[in-house]
Amino acid sequence: MGGSLWLEWKIALRFLLDNYLQTLLILVGITVGCAVIVFITALVTGLQSNVIARTLGTQAHIRMLPPDEVNRVLPAPLGLLALDLENPRPQRLRSISNWQDVRDVLDRQPDILAVSPVVSGPAMGRRGVARASVALLGIDPVRYLRVVPVADDLIAGRFEIGAGHAVVGKELADDLGLDLGDKLRLDAGEGREAIVDITGIFELGVRELDARHVYLDLKQAQTLLDLPGAVTVIDTKVADIFAAEDIAVRLARLTGLKAESWMATNGELLNALRSQTMTTQMIRIFVGLSVAFGIASVLAVSVVQRTREIGILRAMGSPRGQILRVFLLQGGLLGLLGSGVGGALAWLLVQAFNRFGARLFEILVEPTLIPGAMAVATLTGVLAAAVPARRAARYDPAVAIRYV
Amino acid sequence: MSEPEEVLRLAGVCKVYNPGTPQETEVLHGIDLRLVRGELTALIGPSGSGKSTLLNLIGLLDSPSAGELYLQGRATRELDDRARTRLRNEAIGFVFQFHHLIPAFSVLDNVLMPLMIRHGKPDAADIERARGLLAEVGLEGFAGKKATELSGGQQQRVAIARALVTHPALLLADEPTGNLDTHTAENVFELFRRFNAQFGCAVLVVTHDPRLAAGCLRTIELVDGRIVGAPGAP
Ligand SMILES: Nc1ncnc2c1ncn2[C@@H]1O[C@H](COP(=O)(O)OP(=O)(O)O)[C@@H](O)[C@H]1O
Ligand SMILES: [Mg+2]
Repeated sequence: MGGSLWLEWKIALRFLLDNYLQTLLILVGITVGCAVIVFITALVTGLQSNVIARTLGTQAHIRMLPPDEVNRVLPAPLGLLALDLENPRPQRLRSISNWQDVRDVLDRQPDILAVSPVVSGPAMGRRGVARASVALLGIDPVRYLRVVPVADDLIAGRFEIGAGHAVVGKELADDLGLDLGDKLRLDAGEGREAIVDITGIFELGVRELDARHVYLDLKQAQTLLDLPGAVTVIDTKVADIFAAEDIAVRLARLTGLKAESWMATNGELLNALRSQTMTTQMIRIFVGLSVAFGIASVLAVSVVQRTREIGILRAMGSPRGQILRVFLLQGGLLGLLGSGVGGALAWLLVQAFNRFGARLFEILVEPTLIPGAMAVATLTGVLAAAVPARRAARYDPAVAIRYV
Repeated sequence: MSEPEEVLRLAGVCKVYNPGTPQETEVLHGIDLRLVRGELTALIGPSGSGKSTLLNLIGLLDSPSAGELYLQGRATRELDDRARTRLRNEAIGFVFQFHHLIPAFSVLDNVLMPLMIRHGKPDAADIERARGLLAEVGLEGFAGKKATELSGGQQQRVAIARALVTHPALLLADEPTGNLDTHTAENVFELFRRFNAQFGCAVLVVTHDPRLAAGCLRTIELVDGRIVGAPGAP
């Protein structure tokens, strides 16, 4: 009767307002529950993206390396059982053959944002009597900085690595007493030496990198490492960081190289993040469940309280579906209102956290978070109302009218 | 003069509560009854004789265990809940003894409720009709009040206005004056007589009060689930 939900809305709102104390109490419950869910989600999302950004700010998403050298074992003749004693091969500094082709192939992959061939190898850094073992990285700066934005973490000088120039980490600079413009002697063994000027000092906050990395021009590093024209690794950056492992598997098959994703090399971090996500998920589910049960129980009480009125409505010709919808609407409205206020409360909490908190990182509330939470809460309200609403719709009007 | 239009006919209607259980009780035993347009009928009988049960059956709130009930010539026993609900809204007006109104709503909304159930948001004509009926029962000034702010007699008058707002073919009232004082009861009963004449609907009123019953054209007496004398039956 009357296709619209006009009367359902009217009755649902009237019932909620008429019982305002009950409505207010459950709304407070829903509000608190939704605020907790939204805030904890924003907090954990912020925390995790901060940790990931920090981790990935200093390393490539996927590193393409030459395949490991393995022993080729002659298969034993048929019917003979061979017992092999195998020594693993020493892994010498190997270059990627036809790396220009690989680079071009990678450049064309739509899910890869940046590709940077790098030649890297060990050397000894010397200044006066001070010595330190370092890792030389010969790079094409334009390509490299797109993968690892070291230039953002410079604490002195510029990121300039033309011939005879180098950029080093802060720890190394401190160890060797280096300052901008100072000279650093690099010794890669077998008489291959070079003296470079320090043009920049970076601090990534990762001790291992800050104490060892020396960025050089690609050509100079190739000469020092005795790998003319070669690279030893191709660093890449992908669009979807959590697809890195899948992409790495695909790239390995595509290129025949070894592909290491950041996910594989940071297994423990990922595990920690996953269990954190799971904990958050549990909290959300349990808080969501208690909100749902709260709505369901309040509506169940309301259905009993309104037995007579439901009977009167049914006697006047209100169909079962209409009674059902009146209570479903109440559930949805409670969910929507509670989550709206709860979302606003959580947003305020986030602002307070960003302003007055420890300031370790900033929480950003994703624009979809609060509308999403409201949609889920509304749906939860409707679902929670389903049982009481069905009960109301099934009342026998002749019995319900007599209910005192 | 032409035969008056039949509104309701009961043929051998029985009602058994809790069939198939140890508490099985047959409350009505083969009721035959016919009501025509414009008739004002009182249904009397001792407490527990089955008057409310009969009224619930006639009002399509319940279905008979046996027999058939024709509303405006239409057999109703086989109708599903949806069709019965619709028929209730279109053809029947109810007035109950207690708890007549929906307390959460205003007096005007209560009167409009059957029309709102029928087609949603009331239009100007609906509101005019509801206000007109409120005026007829002497409560035009109470339209905006909450139902709970009215006295028992006033609430019962609102309930009558509500029952008539759809211009039903059949008006059913179950002890509508049962909890009102004699004077108020007479006023309310007077409304039934007036609307019966004005709208020409068939009215069936359950009452305990012999004086009120005497004011009706026809009286049906129910004793132990059987109609015992029906003076003035057509
Ligand atoms: N829902 C029910 N279940 C079982 N028995 C009922 C039910 N409603 C009424 N009865 C019984 O049917 C008989 C008639 O009741 P009722 O129609 O209310 O009588 P009246 O209205 O004339 O006082 C009574 O004995 C009552 O106990
Ligand atoms: Mg009764």
